Amino acid sequence: MKRGFWILAAIIVLLLPWVGNNYFIRLATIMMLYCVLALSWNFIGGLTGYPSFATAAFFGLGAYAGAISQGQGVPMYLAWVIGAALAAIFATGLGLAILRLRGHYFAIASLVVADVLREIVNSTTNLTGGGMGLNLPVLKLGVDAQAKLFYYCMFGIALLTIFTAAYVMRRPLGFGLGCIKQNEDAANIIGINATIFKTIAFSLSAVFVGGAGAFYASWVNYIEPGDVFDILFAIKPIVMVLLGGAGTVSGPIIGAIVFLILEELVWRNFLTFHAGVLGLIVVFLIFYLPDGILDLNYRRWFGWRKN
Amino acid sequence: MNPILQLESVTRKFGGLTALDEVSFQINPGEIVGLIGPNGAGKTTLVNLVTAVYGVTRGRIFFDGQRIDGLKSHEISRKGIARTFQIVQPFPKMTVCENVAAGALFAGGAKSVNEAKEQALEHLHFVGLADLASHSAAALTLANRKRLELAKSLAMKPKLLLLDEVNAGLTNVEINKALALIRSLAERGITILIIEHLMKVVLALCSRVVVLHHGQLIAEGAATDVVRNPRVIEAYLGAHFVNQRQKEN
Repeated sequence: MKRGFWILAAIIVLLLPWVGNNYFIRLATIMMLYCVLALSWNFIGGLTGYPSFATAAFFGLGAYAGAISQGQGVPMYLAWVIGAALAAIFATGLGLAILRLRGHYFAIASLVVADVLREIVNSTTNLTGGGMGLNLPVLKLGVDAQAKLFYYCMFGIALLTIFTAAYVMRRPLGFGLGCIKQNEDAANIIGINATIFKTIAFSLSAVFVGGAGAFYASWVNYIEPGDVFDILFAIKPIVMVLLGGAGTVSGPIIGAIVFLILEELVWRNFLTFHAGVLGLIVVFLIFYLPDGILDLNYRRWFGWRKN
Repeated sequence: MNPILQLESVTRKFGGLTALDEVSFQINPGEIVGLIGPNGAGKTTLVNLVTAVYGVTRGRIFFDGQRIDGLKSHEISRKGIARTFQIVQPFPKMTVCENVAAGALFAGGAKSVNEAKEQALEHLHFVGLADLASHSAAALTLANRKRLELAKSLAMKPKLLLLDEVNAGLTNVEINKALALIRSLAERGITILIIEHLMKVVLALCSRVVVLHHGQLIAEGAATDVVRNPRVIEAYLGAHFVNQRQKEN
């Protein structure tokens, strides 16, 4: 039953570009991008319990790494891999430095990283174009074909993220991260190398975000520091994960989908006050559904049995 | 016989306070050694030093002939030292079985999560918690949480087990069960260092006792001798009491 549901969902996603218009394709691409961001944050925030605000830093870093590589003539797909790899390496170093902080202190340390990177990008005008932004090579494809191409590529990145998340959760790594979340000192005592585990989780939370950032740069063809280092790239994934249910695979996905629908509806209907209304909805959901949408007894509606 | 655990002039200072002062003693394989002393004597600090929760200020600690001060907690647990905490430390949102499986997976040599869970069930049987395997760890009674701590430590397949007041807060009946359990651990060949306030337990279990007072080792020897040692009585009850007793005799 459950497997059937996922296969059905995958088929719908695969066929959508052939029935929907470009607006829908664009929306669905953003939806999958959100899934990647939410699932990525879930590695460090949901599984490990470290409230990271570094997602924006990884996204921006990946975007600039990809954009600069493409500007040097590197093929687009390879540029995405470079963005992902650079974000992961950066996260490993950063993690070793700031993952020894806990709770609010870790949150603050991770929050400033995006700002620091933005200032660096702003001031290295020769390489990054600074505040003027950076243009990327335009693909020699029609508008419709481009929309479909980026849609399927994003789908691929999202699938990769989903499979990685599902894999990690079944392995000792996921189990150990759960131990660290609940009691890090006790986790150390039973033989978990918490430093290594947390650093791996942090890198996992960066690698797909970096790839998605590079993808984003190719997709929109023009990036500037304020756009890709936007703090909203750090906050939205957290809201999505809390909305859907932290520490699971389906929670962040459901959260990302629901969040995008809310965002789009609110944007259309409250043009002058959309951020405020969205904020109110989020506050409401967190008050009344603190463990996320997954906590609803949805299994009964679909006749799924709890494993 | 080579000692399994050896402390050489171990000192730990917290700012101006010397919590442990030049403490040296050793534990031989197969022994059950009691670690006693009044509140604040440094007993838990000593366990925390052996398991690298804190680092030593001075001195050396050897386990199985290898120097272990300076190693990290997780490295020490993988070498074969397990401990329980005075204030129990379960993973509250996991089941009882998963709690024990964590020990089996990361220090007990289990290859996969499933294998760890199978091993966990055996250990739960041993401590008498098998019926509660699928319950949440947060819902256990104190006595059962202490047993869970034991099962978790056992799952790590330790050579040396450090028990920090496993009997505190238990009823008499529960203590008797715990005593039987600790004895059966020793029969499995696990060396045990037990911090204990209840003399009944110390006298029943320990072949040897080490006494700490104000961070210093003040007596060491057979349990029945140590409880008659004037310095030990003084540490617990004050000099006044010792003088009085000597007059009475």
